[in-house]
Amino acid sequence: MPTVVIPPLMRKLTGGEANITLSGATVREVIDNLEDRYPGMKERLCEEGRLKPGIAVYINGLLTRGSILERVDTDAEIHFLPAIGGGMAEPSN
Amino acid sequence: METEKKEYKVIGTRPIRHDGVDKVTGRALYGADFQMSGLLHGRVLRSPHAHARIISIDTSRAEAYPGVKGVVTAKDLPDAGDKVADLGEGAVNLKHLCDNILASDKVLYKGHAVAAVAATSPHIAEEACTLIDVEYEVLPPVLEVRQAMEPDAPLLHEHLKTTSMGETADEPSNVASHIQHQLGDPEKGFAEADIIVERDFVTGTVHQGYIEPHNATAHYNQDGQLTIWCSTQGAFTVREQVAEILQYPISKIKVVPMEIGGGFGGKISVYIKPVAALLAKKTGKPVKVLMNRADVFEGTGPTPASYIRVKMGATKDGKITAAEAYLAFEAGAYPGSPVGPGAMCIFAPYSIENLIIDGYDVVVNKPKTAPYRAPGAPNAAFGSETVVDEIAEKLDIDPLEFRLLNAAKEGDRRADGPVHPRIGCIETVEAAKAHPHYTAPNGKKHHGRGVASGYWFNIGLESSVTINVNADGTINLVEGSTDIGGTRSSIAMQAAEVLGIPAESVNPSVVDTNSVGYTAVTGGSRTTYATGYAAYEAAQEVKQKMIARAAKLWEVDEANVQFADGEFSCINGKEEQISFRDLCGQLGQTGGPVVGSGTVNPGGAGGAYATHVVDVAVDEETGKVEILRYTAVQDAGRAIHPSYVEGQIQGGAVQGIGWALNEEYIYNDEGTMTNASFLDYRMPTCLDLPMIDAVIVEVPNPGHPYGVRGVGEVPIVPPMAAIANAIYDAIGIRMTELPMSPDRLLKAMGKI
Repeated sequence: MPTVVIPPLMRKLTGGEANITLSGATVREVIDNLEDRYPGMKERLCEEGRLKPGIAVYINGLLTRGSILERVDTDAEIHFLPAIGGGMAEPSN
Repeated sequence: METEKKEYKVIGTRPIRHDGVDKVTGRALYGADFQMSGLLHGRVLRSPHAHARIISIDTSRAEAYPGVKGVVTAKDLPDAGDKVADLGEGAVNLKHLCDNILASDKVLYKGHAVAAVAATSPHIAEEACTLIDVEYEVLPPVLEVRQAMEPDAPLLHEHLKTTSMGETADEPSNVASHIQHQLGDPEKGFAEADIIVERDFVTGTVHQGYIEPHNATAHYNQDGQLTIWCSTQGAFTVREQVAEILQYPISKIKVVPMEIGGGFGGKISVYIKPVAALLAKKTGKPVKVLMNRADVFEGTGPTPASYIRVKMGATKDGKITAAEAYLAFEAGAYPGSPVGPGAMCIFAPYSIENLIIDGYDVVVNKPKTAPYRAPGAPNAAFGSETVVDEIAEKLDIDPLEFRLLNAAKEGDRRADGPVHPRIGCIETVEAAKAHPHYTAPNGKKHHGRGVASGYWFNIGLESSVTINVNADGTINLVEGSTDIGGTRSSIAMQAAEVLGIPAESVNPSVVDTNSVGYTAVTGGSRTTYATGYAAYEAAQEVKQKMIARAAKLWEVDEANVQFADGEFSCINGKEEQISFRDLCGQLGQTGGPVVGSGTVNPGGAGGAYATHVVDVAVDEETGKVEILRYTAVQDAGRAIHPSYVEGQIQGGAVQGIGWALNEEYIYNDEGTMTNASFLDYRMPTCLDLPMIDAVIVEVPNPGHPYGVRGVGEVPIVPPMAAIANAIYDAIGIRMTELPMSPDRLLKAMGKI
């Protein structure tokens, strides 16, 4: 199953757990399953069915541009990180 | 994907750049050269205050001035509401984007655009600007990041609240966001250390200093088609930003990129392009707006000043056990400093099991920051690489040996979590250590040698290329990437390699947004990597189509045609052979034109490392630091055109030297930059510099067919720390504030 590395600033929601293994064939499914296990997670990561501006997803070390529609392997490692657009734009408020 | 070194015919050679003749003969057209019948000239009125509320703007006297054809203010912009605009490169708050173009309710920095005039001459437009009456309520400015973070600091934005990975604070603040990365147990790591070094660092506001000021000419056709001719690092991002700001369909906007006189990240954001469009709409005429140098300094984005605290611990035998960093970056007037990249890069040259990094993006009354070569990483490396040097010195370990003991390698975790793929950190340090410079004598009084390493992650993003095959064996390569540092050639060479033709047989063109598929900015060191990748894909398609043509010619199956070194041959027993060039001459009788296209959005950009060695002499009487010798080693993955890689390395090192020794915005208490000219903003010239010895290391990037890594940014990361370490070696004083200008040196030496 994919492993999600929870960002330090979101670990309050997981009781301090950094690595969460759960099922999901896409980033969206992984987030839904995270939400089931740790309520509030989806609200921190998504809005209007997309990743929030300012949050990026890395799958196996690679920055993905397809965001939550991206497929994930069963042994994938997923990171949610602050978005960096070539240094141009940081998250808006 | 390439992982081993291969022999190539075109890649690794040094052909003359395709745009060279036009540029050295002065025929290349830049934005300021653009002329059009009926052209009006625009001029922007800028705020004299660093922080003020706009009470009223009266444009009536300016509008009545003879020769004035139109005046615009923020009221001419569509209501931005509370929308977040996705600009491909990232999401931004649309109100902030619009307010930075023309201030609506508040001015947030001296030089903030307030209104603009279009007139029949630039002089009339400038004169008319003085006739616009703006009433301000002047507010106290906040000019320094730590001051802005104080709880009682004047607020720039009454509704701005700190976000922390999706969570928003309750109270307004100048701190726009907080990020954090953590690996392992830093407390435990520091407990295991035999030595701990902790220092604070301050860096100044620095501009990219591109030689060509911003420019834009806009024109609306009668059918509503808006065309903008401009200097930009990304025509498509101009189209996106203008579309969002003007709330105008992208299908009705065409952006024509002119040649560019430097950008270094500073020509991604738009400033006067939407203003030119507003004026063109209002007047019904084409309008050209040009900045002067003061406009560029005061009205466009520099790279931020910052406050950095670094703490690192190591064992006696030189193993780093823990690291901690606190990064507070000035975003300027609106959120969006490069503190994220800074946090990502600060400890990247090292394998550290226990670390914690906190980063803060903070608004201050200065121009909204813009990218500048490896944005954020040079500030961060100044802190970390100085502390690393001090630890090595205290442990009596050679500083490069100390780096090798702790160097990041494939499989190690980056500070932000993901695992490094194949990287060349160790190779750059080894090459620096083996370089004759490092062992050359350097024992004179007040002479010193310093080293530092640096990292930049590089980016991929979208690129598109189309190749049209010509009957004479050449190809026309159509691309959307602004050519800043010779990328026409480095992209053309990748297509030439696939097709077995000389680089000179490729005619590359950088075209407008209506003429090529979407292509992201020339930034993030992505162009030779990603657009080159798209050229490779387009050339592969051409190759396959040409194989089909050869098969048709010889009446054999395509599987029986082989292509190597520019020659097609038949492998089914027929003695047939034809060159790419000769086959091009037979396109008409084998089916007509051949066109290939490639579009990519690759995720495997592959990070780049650099290690620099510098010798300095410090003049004890004046505090002046002279650069005596400079060697810059860098992993290029695969150097497509080594001369342009060397050029990037040299350029990055030189800009880093300027940042280290002289460059900074000097503000008075009212928030006015007092050195907004190249006379007073001291950039290095050839008289200040030795030849920069650029050493290319090649550790192929597995994420690119030829192993390319971006090269444009990482060379600016190590210079500041390398020079600070050299100064320490020369006079025994750790410099912790940039720039290390003569006055600061004299102060540190107790002379003033």
